[in-house]
This record gives sequence, C-alpha cells and structure tokens, in this order.
Amino acid sequence: MTTHAELVIDVEGLRRTYAGGFEAVRSVSFSVGRGELFALLGTNGAGKTSTLELLEGLAEPSGGRVRVLGHHPYTERAKVRPRVGVMLQEGGFPAQLTVLETARMWAGCTSGARPVEEALELVGLSKRLAVRVKQLSGGERRRLDLAMAVLGRPEVLFLDEPTTGLDAEGRHATWELVRELRDQGTTVLLTTHYLEEAEELADRLAIMHEGRIAAEGRVDEVVAAHPSRISFELPEGYHMGDLPPLGQLGVTEHQLTGKTVQLSTPQLQRSATGLLVWAEAAGVQLRGLDVRSASLEEAFLHIARDARTTTDTTKREEVAAR
Amino acid sequence: MSTTTLTQGTHATGSAGPRTTPVGRMATLARAELTLLGRNRSSLVMVLVMPIVLTFSSWSAARGMDLDKMGLSIGTMVIPTSVAYVLIFGIYTTLVATYVARREELVLKRLRTGEPGDLEILAGTSVAALATALVQCLVLIVAGALVLGVKMPSNLLFVVVGIVFGIALAALLATATAAFTKSVESSQLTVAPVMLVSMFGSGLIFPLEVLPDTAARICELLPLSPVVELMRGGWSGSLTWSGGLGAMAIAAAWIVLSAYTVKKRFRWEPRR
Repeated sequence: MTTHAELVIDVEGLRRTYAGGFEAVRSVSFSVGRGELFALLGTNGAGKTSTLELLEGLAEPSGGRVRVLGHHPYTERAKVRPRVGVMLQEGGFPAQLTVLETARMWAGCTSGARPVEEALELVGLSKRLAVRVKQLSGGERRRLDLAMAVLGRPEVLFLDEPTTGLDAEGRHATWELVRELRDQGTTVLLTTHYLEEAEELADRLAIMHEGRIAAEGRVDEVVAAHPSRISFELPEGYHMGDLPPLGQLGVTEHQLTGKTVQLSTPQLQRSATGLLVWAEAAGVQLRGLDVRSASLEEAFLHIARDARTTTDTTKREEVAAR
Repeated sequence: MSTTTLTQGTHATGSAGPRTTPVGRMATLARAELTLLGRNRSSLVMVLVMPIVLTFSSWSAARGMDLDKMGLSIGTMVIPTSVAYVLIFGIYTTLVATYVARREELVLKRLRTGEPGDLEILAGTSVAALATALVQCLVLIVAGALVLGVKMPSNLLFVVVGIVFGIALAALLATATAAFTKSVESSQLTVAPVMLVSMFGSGLIFPLEVLPDTAARICELLPLSPVVELMRGGWSGSLTWSGGLGAMAIAAAWIVLSAYTVKKRFRWEPRR
C-alpha cells in the first residue's frame, strides 16, 4: 500500500531513453512499501526490464526520481547494494565454473552472506554442486540465480522474470520461497509475463504498456476496474433491437461483429440472468454463448487493446496538429 | 526445494553478517578467474607456451645480429623481448578475451548489480592474468640471466619501472581493446594491431637502432616501445636519465589514453 510508513521503492516520473532515441520508459510512477510484493506486468517490450534496471542502479534515468531504501541506486550505489538482491532476466555466471564455485564467488562479494550450501539448498541445487554452470538446464540456472539473489538476506529483492524456463514444480517452489521471504519482511519487486504468477504472489501490481503504467492496484482492484463479458451469436432473423433493453440489464457497452454480439457489464449475474430469461421466453437458442467474469487476463488484454487505440488516437492528433 | 533453513533464525533480513571489503571482493574474483584460466586450454597455451617459444626464436635470431655495435648483448636483447612477449600474450590478448567473455556471459552486468565497484570488477578480473604474468617475468628474467650469463642491470630502477609500467599498460590496453570487441571470436582480430605493431615496431624482433632515424623516432612512440627501452637500456646501461624519463612519459601517456578510453567506451553488457 502507498500508505505504508516506509517506502522502500519510490519512483516518480521515471524516464529512460536509449542512445538511439527509443523511449523505453515514459514517465513511470509507483511506490512499494516495506514487506510488500509488487509485480510489474506487461507484454514483451513494455518497458519492465528497462524500469527494473534503473531501480537496480545499472543505468542512470534520463528523467524523473528514483529511490531505493531512501537512496539513489545509481549515484549512491555503495549504500544500496549491500541491502538488495538482484536476479537478472538471464545469465550472469561464468559457464566453466561449477555451481559451488559460482556460489563461493558470489558469497565473497556479498555482505552477510548465508552459508552457500544453505542458499543452494533453498533452491534445491544441493545435489548439483559439482556441475558446471554450462551443463545446467535452463530451469536450474534460473534457480542458481535466485539462490545468489537471496544469498545476502536482502531487504529488497528484484526479480526479473524469475520463473521463465521453469517447469510447473519449479515454478511453485519458487513462488513458495518468494512468499516466505516476503512474509519475513523482504520487499519484492518482480516482473513477469505470467498473469497467474502475479495473481498468485502480488500484493499489488502494475500493468505496463509501451513504457507507461496503464493500470495499478491490488489484483481485485485492477480486475474490478474492467468489466465482465458476455458473447453469443445473434439468432437467425433477429436484430440487435429485438434483444431486451440492454441498459436495464446493466450492460454498459455492446458491440456487433458479424453475427457475434459482445456485451460488457460490471454486473455479470444481473445481465446474464436478464439475457437468459429473455431467450427462454422467446424460445431462442443462443449459440456460442460465453459468459466470462472479469479476470486479470481480461483486464490485461483490455489494457493492451485500449492503450493501442489511445496511442493510435494520439498519433493521429499529432499528425493533425502538424 | 527445502524451506526449513529459511525459517531457522534468519528472520532479520539484511542481518549483520561480515561486511565485504574491496580487497576481499577482488580476491574472490581473482580466485574465480584463476580457476577459469586453468580450465581454458587455448588461453593456457597462449599464456604459458607462446612467450617461451617466441623467446627461443628471438634468441636464435639475436645470435645472428651484430649487437655489440649497439651496446647490447644477447641477454640484454632477448630478456626484455621475452618479458614483452609475456605482456602481449600473458596479459594483453588473454585479458581482452577474458573481459569480452565475461561481458557476453553477462557476468560483468551481474557483478555490477552487486557490491563490487566498477574498478574492482575490472581489476579483480585481471588479477589472475597479472599475477601469472609477473611470476613468468621473474622466472624468465632469472633463467635468462643465468643461461645467457648477463650481469646485474646497471639501472635497476629503469628495469623495474619498465616492468611495472608494462604490466599496467598491457592490462589497460586490453580493457580498452575489449571496449571495441564484440565477441570472443572477434577478439582474435581486434588484438592484432597492438600485437603486431608491438612485435615489429617496439624492438622485440630487432632493436630500434637498426631502423633509419625517422622510423626509429616514430617507433619510439608506440605503446610498448618505452617499456622495452626502459628494460633494455636500463639493463645495458645505454639509457640516460633524460632518455629514461622520456620513455616513462611516453608510457604514462599511453596509460592515461587507455584509461580514458576505458572510462568513455567500456561496455558492461553485450550489444543486442
């Protein structure tokens, strides 16, 4: 919650423009309180990793304000680093070192490191100590990376797509570990493109699209802000006007594409009941009937679609303005 | 995955454990790099075999030269050349490949998310090669002096300064070259200019004295020339103080230029 006494991560109007002029992050603002688990969601190229790298202090923002534990992660690197753990989107370990050698190397660079065997045990790599990084599976590498991120018992954990490449079991084990760390007071910021992961773990989340935050809040808030849907085929010989008055059923939006009718409603039960009672009385069959309650996925797709329309409109306005 | 260990007295996150120090962190990186060097066969050959093979070839070449005329002996000709080969193959080409490999593996990027500072990362990564090279230099100098029967250097300071500058310069040139190298494979090409120019233009294969005056003047300005000059002239006694200081100034200029290039151009992650 933004009402948390201590903001561990605080970002305002953050921007990142690459050397070629590409604007990857366009004025992003959010904050994460101590002990909170915040997820950044988005399609590929939405700007999640670019944002995360600014928080990790790997690059200086082109604009805006960024604070981690009250410090600037880039200019005050030495103050922030001993208190954070980072897992990059991929790689980061010499291919020819073994798991144990890698862990020792990392431990030697980490203040207050746990015993390396303990860290590797946490991610289930205890039996792979003598295996070279090169020979690990993608999932095992991901787990080694996670072990190194939590090695120093960090106050803040940055995880960039922590479960990409993991099988279902590994994914659940990772979730378990991350949840447990969160319960012990670790602040976690993770990016993911698995909606399920965000739903499962996040206290709050933000959906990024084209460098901006399109929606932010608790999962239920984000979902609630987007309507449920009903779709069906318009029966033969019927017109939209033959349907019962949609406004009275709580439908806020309707659309006819070919023969398919799509209704949006914040009151799914009321709208669906009204529609079905009407169909029963009229003796018509609603083919392809699909009643879908709002979900994060719906919200996500809606945002991606909406944002695209908005950008198109903006572009058109820009053109018109010239 | 076991989660039991998590809950055993590890509640306080960011708990006070031993803090790392710059020296400790660099030692850790050095140890990892030494392990990696031992596992990289082509680097090992470069580091251990090349300087020795090339030393023998320059020895047999030197025997056919009229060195007395230039105030040199076989020893003062061959030993500095041998040290320079260590600088080139033990440090320069090896470190270019190492930095580029670590960058491509995203190791440098990953390290930068942690506690080591940028300089520590670069220095720590180079320690293994530098230490190996230093040992090789000492072995070659002692063995060379015994086998070739040379006297003690007339100006030990010049010789030591030459070696120290040489090591620093080779490491910095390697870091600067790595900034312009895209992959480990292409490093075989990007090291060629410095390598070849040094071998032919810095007095390794033949002393600069055999060149026409203008050519010799130009060659004296090449990066490894002052290093070789300090070692060779310091040993034979042919280098005056003003000549020695001039050589130090040239070497220092190359060191500053390389460091500046590194600061401006070094890339910490692959270009994608």
